[in-house]
Amino acid sequence: MAIDLTTETVERSETTVFRRPQLTTGFWSWITTADHKKIGLLYGYTAFFFFIAGGVEALLIRIQLSGPEGAFLSAAEYNGLFTTHAITMIFLFVMPISAAFFNYLLPLMIGARDVAFPRMNAVSYWIFLFGGVFIYSSLIFGTNPAPVGGSLPGGAADAEMLGSIPNSGWFIYAPNSGAAYSPGTAVDFAALGLQMLGVASLISAVNFIVTILNMRAKGMRLLRMPVFVWMTFVVALLLLFSLPIIAIALFMLTFDRQFGTLFFVAEAGGDPILWQHLFWLFGHPEVYILILPAMGIVSETLPVFSKKPLFGYPAVVFAGAAIAFLGFGVWAHHMFASGIPTVAQAAFGLSTMTIAIPTGIKIFNWLGTVWGGKVRLSTPMLFSLGFVALFVIGGLSGVTHAVVPSDWQQTDTYYIVAHFHYVLFGGSIFGLFAGIYYWFPKLTGRMYNESLGKWHFWLMFIGMNLTFGPMHWLGLQGMVRRTWVYAEEAGLGPWNMAATVGAFIIAVSVGVFMVNWMYSKRRGRPAPDDPWDARTLEWTMPSPTPEYNFAVEPVVTSLDDFWHQKYDEDEEGRAVRKEKADEIVADLIYTNGHPDREIHLPAPSYFPFFVGLGIMLIAYGIMYHTKPWGIPLLAAGAVVTVAAFVAWGSEPLEEIHDEDDHGNGGDGGDGGGHGIETHEPPAGAVLSAGERRA
Amino acid sequence: MADLAHGRDEAPAHHQLTGIDNRKLGMWVFLSSEFLFFGALINNYLLFKGRDFGPGALYPVELYDIPFTSISSFVLLMSSLTMVLAHSALARRDQAQARTWLFATALLGVVFVSGQYFEFAEFILHGLKLNVNPAASAFYLLTGFHGAHVVIGVLMLLVLAFKSVRNGSLSEAEGLNVELVGLYWHFVDIIWIVIFVLVYLIQ
Amino acid sequence: MNLRKRTGRLSFGRAPAALLVLVLLGSCGRVEQPLNSFDSQGPIAERINALFWPVFWIAVVIFVLVQGALLLTVFLFRERRGKERPEPKQITGSTRLELLWTVIPTLILAGIAVPTVATLFDLADCPPGAMDIEVIGHQWWFEYRYPDSGAVTANIMAIPEDTEICARMTSDDVLHNFWIPKLAGKRYLVPGQETVQRLYAEEPGEYWGHCAEFCGLSHARMRARVVAMTQGDFDAWVDDQLRPAVMPAPGSEAERGMEVFLASACIGCHIIDGVNNPDPATLTVASPDLTHFASRHVFAGATLPAGLNPTRADWEADLRKWLADPPTWKPGSFMPDLGLTADEIDALAAYLSTLE
Repeated sequence: MAIDLTTETVERSETTVFRRPQLTTGFWSWITTADHKKIGLLYGYTAFFFFIAGGVEALLIRIQLSGPEGAFLSAAEYNGLFTTHAITMIFLFVMPISAAFFNYLLPLMIGARDVAFPRMNAVSYWIFLFGGVFIYSSLIFGTNPAPVGGSLPGGAADAEMLGSIPNSGWFIYAPNSGAAYSPGTAVDFAALGLQMLGVASLISAVNFIVTILNMRAKGMRLLRMPVFVWMTFVVALLLLFSLPIIAIALFMLTFDRQFGTLFFVAEAGGDPILWQHLFWLFGHPEVYILILPAMGIVSETLPVFSKKPLFGYPAVVFAGAAIAFLGFGVWAHHMFASGIPTVAQAAFGLSTMTIAIPTGIKIFNWLGTVWGGKVRLSTPMLFSLGFVALFVIGGLSGVTHAVVPSDWQQTDTYYIVAHFHYVLFGGSIFGLFAGIYYWFPKLTGRMYNESLGKWHFWLMFIGMNLTFGPMHWLGLQGMVRRTWVYAEEAGLGPWNMAATVGAFIIAVSVGVFMVNWMYSKRRGRPAPDDPWDARTLEWTMPSPTPEYNFAVEPVVTSLDDFWHQKYDEDEEGRAVRKEKADEIVADLIYTNGHPDREIHLPAPSYFPFFVGLGIMLIAYGIMYHTKPWGIPLLAAGAVVTVAAFVAWGSEPLEEIHDEDDHGNGGDGGDGGGHGIETHEPPAGAVLSAGERRA
Repeated sequence: MADLAHGRDEAPAHHQLTGIDNRKLGMWVFLSSEFLFFGALINNYLLFKGRDFGPGALYPVELYDIPFTSISSFVLLMSSLTMVLAHSALARRDQAQARTWLFATALLGVVFVSGQYFEFAEFILHGLKLNVNPAASAFYLLTGFHGAHVVIGVLMLLVLAFKSVRNGSLSEAEGLNVELVGLYWHFVDIIWIVIFVLVYLIQ
Repeated sequence: MNLRKRTGRLSFGRAPAALLVLVLLGSCGRVEQPLNSFDSQGPIAERINALFWPVFWIAVVIFVLVQGALLLTVFLFRERRGKERPEPKQITGSTRLELLWTVIPTLILAGIAVPTVATLFDLADCPPGAMDIEVIGHQWWFEYRYPDSGAVTANIMAIPEDTEICARMTSDDVLHNFWIPKLAGKRYLVPGQETVQRLYAEEPGEYWGHCAEFCGLSHARMRARVVAMTQGDFDAWVDDQLRPAVMPAPGSEAERGMEVFLASACIGCHIIDGVNNPDPATLTVASPDLTHFASRHVFAGATLPAGLNPTRADWEADLRKWLADPPTWKPGSFMPDLGLTADEIDALAAYLSTLE
């Protein structure tokens, strides 16, 4: 497809058909941006939107389950909601909000001006966004009739609107997800939507790995990288090696449903258990993809708020890597009841137990970090400590799953629901909120409201324990997962009511957070540049971060370089703030806020948006390929995608000073990156020493 | 991959610690992921090929035409050679030769894909459709995805070759693109050798 | 709560904490829990619990130690207004401690691993000489077949007490998961494969169960019962099951019900031995054998009649409800709403209740 080659003009930029957009503010600047910070914010806001959606789904589920034989939702609606709640929280909230942190912070923490491939970064975001839109469009377009031969209540041909969202469980187990048992498009929306999200994540993973390997500041050896960067690296590797497996599994499922292949069709010799192996071979590393970013965040916050270096930095780093590595060898512990051979059950039980060791190492090192420190219980610290406390619970219940015969009782009950919510809510979400509060001043240049932050923490902490704590008990009392009603005589009502109350307390806490965010973003106290007396590079520049990041590329001489610029140690090893620390910080920040030369930034581009759009059209085309307009839609999507890529290749370069490389003779004024001559420090960016925390 | 090859998508002037260009490193990283992609596909086929699908079930192995596939495999192998020649011609700044070899590589790729097309057509004629049994499904999914990778490679080669025709030469940046496409192309070749051995030869 | 806050701010936690205590107290009333896995009634479930509890208590000890250490750390080292403490020592780690907290958990885990593997191998497969019962999962009910006698039943699995049972399981459609919490753990029912589950009940009694794997629309309505009885009762039960159906008295309501049965779509899926004997392979959907329907005190995937101890009147009332509109109780049901009149339902219910 040599389309658009005619528009390829590399000789002179003036004649280029594609002028690169140059906006830096306003709506179109967000659509076209290739700036990692803006993309990070886009990821963050989008993810938060989906967090609210997933939260509403959770509340609906909890209302339905607040008492036995609930009549608030129909079976189809309930199945749709628990599936979509999981897909939303995992793929549309925790993963993208982690990506938001990676995007915004990774270049700042390693002293780079952007990621390795800024436009690819934008592509990731747009594919992710369109993937999310695609999945949620099932509300309008999805269909969910009864399995072939079955009937719906009232003789209905199709489930209600809320019942037409993906409904097969996020694990999409075969053969229930096959065409005979799940006719309609609800499952296709999940399978194709997850495929899109996978592509987005894979592109990000490549991008982050290259960025970390190639673009660290001078002197930042691997073992001088902040732990958060390490965890980003590990997560990117996990994505890189687990996504292709789920991609194949989803292709197989899509082909089974759309094109008549027989991979999971048991009657024809297909193998439903194969789906489970493939799914969990991805799905278990996925768990670490969800938790490691939070582990990275608290490894940053605990030292800062304890005024001590991270205890056992290399141990924490290697433990993170070990968790990731072992994470590929434990997938079948999700399948202990599925009839896999006994020897395999034993092996996977043992390998699962070994994961507890590096996890324990991390927890003890975090405790060691706080021990003996000067502990400031600000909101980020509360969330970090909450993370440690709750994650310990999730970790311990995890060990009981590794005890295989115990797991035969626990699996597929609310005990598991409790376990992974302690890990993913108590772990990931608490860690992520710690990060949101910690870096809030960096993002906005203002301080959040501390009282509201503490209200948020305590409400969420209590709500979380009230919701998920009783579920341990419920599960072992026989509450099976994924049932839209439970019998009154099962005696499960009271604790379910408690869990529902807890869920609403969580909802209130999120409301408090949103008020805090919106208020503080506009009206908050202007933030000092180094409000936490921090240790990493992102705090050596004005807040909010200037568009070009560092005016002067930093040079690093040690782990926690910024800290060592501010502090010495006395004979006892106690921290002593250098006399000139305040000046050093003010100097650094001034320098970083005042570039002495033009800095060229990745120019915005229209095409990432269109790549995302085109891929979404392809997904619709595959789903509707039997309809007369399906194939044209597929073709249109393919044309948009390929055209966007080819146009992208023809886009004038953002670089203007390497004209030799590209035969780009012009001065680059047309398409080149926009330069920035000077930059006024934002209000409140430079503070007097008195305002700084000593 | 197409994107990586086309895009001159690089952060502004920055040292590259590993000494490997960002895009090249990106391609390596991406290909490492692709190994697992094909690993899963090959594993699928190996899993299903020996299963019993009842009396009269037709298996891909019964229809293999090893001499034919050997020839098309040889064609694909030769394309790796021409790819190397294109790259080295460019390194010598011999633009005309580079262009010729790019076209030759694309042509060999097209020949290979055509061979696959005829193979599929032949198999289907004998009744081995996508939906006769899981082994057939797995065979088509594996070889089909490989074929799709070859097609994408051919497209990238053609874009480069036409650029060279249009501008009379390839710039240094485009030279890097040739290298990237080359990496990709060799990867697709290597995967084919694995498929040829595991799927066709070892029965 | 893990984190003590400065006085004055403590009120943050207090109000909700009080609420929490109230809710907990309010829900502690003693209720019977037929699915409670802690209440093991046989050696298999017992072994599992005997493995779980020590692990649980180890976990509790670790929990207390770690959370205690966390609380103590925060309490000791928190910044307090007006109390200036020296700057902290900048300690970057300790190899000795790293070794300690690598080795100790490893030892604990090794200690857990040994009984885990031993129990696993003991319980995973059926011992020789066990009594086989075939379990077939359907959307959304369990079918039980007794290869020794040829008896076939649904929803309620009858077993003799003090006997080692080997459930040989498969599925007719999607994945299901057979779980009788008081007797054993879970095991999937996989289409095209056989999985096994050991069961053993020490006492006669009724043991509740549930399909534990998400199996589509009405997963919540797929439950199970195991009824353990003395060997004598069991043998009598088998003999009963092998008899053809009781014929209704001429001119009775039940006979009218039988006519309704024969005239309706029921016969497309259900068999009543001696009344209609189609080739099972010609049935539209595999459905419970109704020959001894009334010998089973639950129906509709063991979900009806509701309640711990339903009466016969409940049974009949729920049967009418079920016959009138199956898909509302069990969405997706393969038994459609047959559009029976109230009169036909009465007759049918009367007939079915004679099928002891």
